[in-house]
Amino acid sequence: MTYTQMILVLLNGFKVTVWVTLISTVMGGIFSFAFGIGKMSRFWPVRIISDGYIEIFRGTSLLVQLFWLFYALPLLGVSLSPMSAGIWALSLNIGAYGAEVVRGAILAVDTGQYEAAKALNFTPSRTLWKVLIPQAVVEMMPPFGNLVVQNMKDSALVSLITLSDLTFKAQTIRNETLQTVPIYVITLLLYFLLALVLTGIMKWLERILTTASGREGVR
Amino acid sequence: MKQKPIARFEKVLKKFGDNVVLNEFDFEVYPGEKVVLMGPSGSGKTTVLRILMTLEDIQDGVVYIEEELLWHEQKHGKRVAASNAHLRKMRKKVGMVFQLFNLFPNMSVLRNITEAPIHVLKIPRKEAIKRAEDLLEMVGMTAQKNMHPAQLSGGQQQRVAIARALAMRPKIILFDEPTSALDPEMVGSVLDVMRKLADEHDLTMLVVTHEMGFAQDVADRVCMFDHGRIIEAGTPQEIFTTPKEERTRQFLNSVINREDTVTAPTVQPDRDK
Ligand SMILES: Nc1ncnc2c1ncn2[C@@H]1O[C@H](COP(=O)(O)OP(=O)(O)OP(=O)(O)O)[C@@H](O)[C@H]1O
Ligand SMILES: [Mg+2]
Repeated sequence: MTYTQMILVLLNGFKVTVWVTLISTVMGGIFSFAFGIGKMSRFWPVRIISDGYIEIFRGTSLLVQLFWLFYALPLLGVSLSPMSAGIWALSLNIGAYGAEVVRGAILAVDTGQYEAAKALNFTPSRTLWKVLIPQAVVEMMPPFGNLVVQNMKDSALVSLITLSDLTFKAQTIRNETLQTVPIYVITLLLYFLLALVLTGIMKWLERILTTASGREGVR
Repeated sequence: MKQKPIARFEKVLKKFGDNVVLNEFDFEVYPGEKVVLMGPSGSGKTTVLRILMTLEDIQDGVVYIEEELLWHEQKHGKRVAASNAHLRKMRKKVGMVFQLFNLFPNMSVLRNITEAPIHVLKIPRKEAIKRAEDLLEMVGMTAQKNMHPAQLSGGQQQRVAIARALAMRPKIILFDEPTSALDPEMVGSVLDVMRKLADEHDLTMLVVTHEMGFAQDVADRVCMFDHGRIIEAGTPQEIFTTPKEERTRQFLNSVINREDTVTAPTVQPDRDK
């Protein structure tokens, strides 16, 4: 197998890895906010559900979650494609960690902000969305950045439920060609490249949000 | 001004855990009255304001605002704890200016002031902006209306915070040491704005401050707090020149001495338990 052929096959897998990472990161972001805020709800059933979700998905291994969605759910009557199962497992997993980030950042906003909003008779949801969250998102960005890269690295596990991502392709052509070193060098570089790009995007987001939150006194 | 009080505390009990801060606390404020609260650190001044702003609840007794219960409601002839809806209604009558301003850093100066009138009072945006601009002129901050709080000095932030509270047209406005976090050269501009406000006859002002000059000019009544009680109250003249209580005298001396020293020492909590 020539290097060009090798790279082309790996790039095919890379596309799947990028796709799975992006979708599960966005969905994970949504879960982070939904359950992070849910855990602070005034309504106890919402609190219990949020807390239960967070604890279950942080307390069990991602691999087991993947196997559950892919191998066990069909026995209960719900069949997911490898792609769906992979995306769901990754996003639910990352969302559970993200929920704690969201909650922590909101609780870390100065209580004076909350009190000023109350004195002006803001509703709790206006206080949350217009006062607390715009300030808290800046605090969320560095830990979110870590989670995104973590999620990208975890995405390699989807190869174990037959999804042909970068890791899966690498293993397949290694079995065929036995050119272990070049294959894994390229694989490593591709993962690293993706990590660099993701980190860059998160840094850029952080800068935008810092300005928007009024931290730096720039308009 | 012997009309009905606009705010009244009756036998109020307030404690934090085992720490009893107010016990059998009685206090009345009359419409349009300007009251200055003074007293050593930890004596309960902030707590009184925070109870009126519904930021702190009470454990016993009652508080009235305009003859209406603040922390309770009558339901089926029984007195029960106030619902959120009731608290929301009562909060409309009160505004507060905080020691550390608490402006929203993610909003421009103008939006800090218009946000609540538009979304809480539901007045038209145009009208809210007009109201905000008038207030900004009153506090001398027109030029900064599009800036963000982080671009302003402490004194400027506090003047915006005053405008923000006034935009809700409260009947009672509470000030909790509005100048104590400011650099000395900023204090004057904030006190000037508050003096202007004091000319408004209808507005009831409760001010926690140790600025004796301000109290002298503005206060109808000065209340001396000590250990959760008002140990002495009277006109600024009475309190500052002929205080009856030894504790009042000691406190006033400590304030005057503090003003003389260049670096203001942190106030020592005065608790002889
Ligand atoms: N959130 C709280 N939790 C526990 N104790 C509190 C809390 N707020 C106030 N206290 C206590 O209540 C007492 C009265 O406090 P308060 O803030 O009303 O005093 P103050 O007269 O405003 O003092 P200062 O001049 O220092 O502002 C103090 O003993 C204080 O420790
Ligand atoms: Mg205080």
